[in-house]
Amino acid sequence: MIRAEALSRSVGGRAILDGVSLEIRKGEIFTLIGPSGSGKTTLLRLLDLLDMPTAGTITIDNSRIDGHPEERFRVRRKMAMVFQKPTVLNTTVEENVAAGLKFRKVPRGEIGEQVRAALDLVGLSHLAGRRAVSLSGGEMQRLAIARAIVTKPDILFLDEPTANLDPTNAEMIEDLILRINKKFRTTMVLSTHDMIQGQRLAHRIGVVMDGRLVQTGDLNMIFYHPVNRAIASFVGIEPIRGGIVENSEDNLATIAVGQVRFQAVTEEKPNSKVCLCIRPEDVTLSLAGTGAQSSARNCLKGTISKMTPLGPFTRVTVDCGGVPQSALLTRKSCEDLDLSTGTNVVACIKATSIHVIPDL
Amino acid sequence: MNAILDGISQAINLIVTLNPEVFEIAALSLFISLSATLLAALIALPIAGLIHFREFHGKRALIVVIQTLYSVPTVVVGLVIYLLISRSGPFGFFGLLFTPEGMILGQTVLIIPIMMGLFISALTGVGKDIRDMLTSLGATELQSIATIVREARFAILSAIVLGFGRAISEVGVAMMIGGNIRGATRVLTTAITLETGIGNFGFSIALGIILLSIALIVVIVMNIITSTLSKEQWQAMGGSV
Repeated sequence: MIRAEALSRSVGGRAILDGVSLEIRKGEIFTLIGPSGSGKTTLLRLLDLLDMPTAGTITIDNSRIDGHPEERFRVRRKMAMVFQKPTVLNTTVEENVAAGLKFRKVPRGEIGEQVRAALDLVGLSHLAGRRAVSLSGGEMQRLAIARAIVTKPDILFLDEPTANLDPTNAEMIEDLILRINKKFRTTMVLSTHDMIQGQRLAHRIGVVMDGRLVQTGDLNMIFYHPVNRAIASFVGIEPIRGGIVENSEDNLATIAVGQVRFQAVTEEKPNSKVCLCIRPEDVTLSLAGTGAQSSARNCLKGTISKMTPLGPFTRVTVDCGGVPQSALLTRKSCEDLDLSTGTNVVACIKATSIHVIPDL
Repeated sequence: MNAILDGISQAINLIVTLNPEVFEIAALSLFISLSATLLAALIALPIAGLIHFREFHGKRALIVVIQTLYSVPTVVVGLVIYLLISRSGPFGFFGLLFTPEGMILGQTVLIIPIMMGLFISALTGVGKDIRDMLTSLGATELQSIATIVREARFAILSAIVLGFGRAISEVGVAMMIGGNIRGATRVLTTAITLETGIGNFGFSIALGIILLSIALIVVIVMNIITSTLSKEQWQAMGGSV
């Protein structure tokens, strides 16, 4: 559907986007995740043909888009974008949604019908006659979505659509995005710095960091097999550095980190320097000395050094002989085990739950 | 002190009895300044649009020049227009000197910079977000410009009102181009100058009161516009009306 090759954009000599190549398939939700300021918005704006790339090519629906304004305009009319900041025209909600149809010279009678259908879909029918500037942030963003989809775009771009919203409104928008994707099979490209949202919405994910697309893949790839330390940190893993592969047999390796030995599945050769990525939710904790059995290959004795409450969960940081390892537990199980800083515990991790990346 | 009190009572008398000369002068003032305002708006809006929507070298400098011309002395405009339209000037053959049409021309030239500058600010106030949104919605350049002008309508309207205020209150152009000819080119400001000079204070005060009333109406119109604006801004912040 969309193919970008070596897209770059610099403003005032500074590269904002540097050689991004990607392919977005018809009907999928492709989510760009990455820290703020990494170039996600710039990439979306290039793909929506709002800005011109400094270098590289964009192919949409098998036709290569060059600088010709007429062609860019024609292709742009098959796409739509929802911006991060909710923006409305100073008129009624209805008129706002009708804007794209009016620009396309759709007959009046049809406009009314299509606007009603779009407002119905986003749940704003009851506010059709209201002045758009009087809407709340969440309502404005739903209006922006209605305004974008009323033109039946083949591709919908959404730039951090929930960044300025409270959790309830954000969830409403997320549901709406999924519904639209199912109902119209609209190809969607969305950006977010919220990796949990990326997880909820995306069929495939691209990680953008410092103007480069550093990894593309499905959820499992990005969240469990990040290709480097920066991505690992961004998706919620604290990589353990300084590992050295001691020996390896049938890809089951023993890796030394200081005094601690881990067993992990990896193709890294003996003596290579590696980082260990362990998702905190894959770590199970039990109290030391209770003799609880675990089938996990790695059971490390340690002492709890820190407990960080995260809503219904608690992140428990365990110091395992100088190697810090976090575990994600429900609040309830923390209470049941009576955990607190200083408690001696055993942290168990399966060999297959450890993702090994070269330490560069 | 007595002269002032006498003047005021005489003025009230002139206004209450709807003195024909007073109202003829006021009507001519309104006609000339409203015409100039309309003309200036029609000229300034497209040019302001061009300046705002096009990127070119020296754009910032041009805007600075326009803003400087906000405070061009009325007599300077009067002098330039005089030189251009007097019998021996390049446009002398139009015979515009000492006619209401000539005064309209002069006031139009006078208020074009302030209107143009305020129009540019009005369009700038709409912001890049709206422009991007319109482009992404598939608007042609013309559709985009039309929508942005519509978005800026309140600010554009107040720019027009301000331009009118400057036109109706100026003396320089009216005196130099119009010549203060009784029954032909005498307007409120030039009449006040003359009548005060010859000690006819009652007449001057009456005209002054009318001029102030027009200013009052201008302020009221401005307030209605801005209160509509602030009401919407208030709503935008989550209030209801």
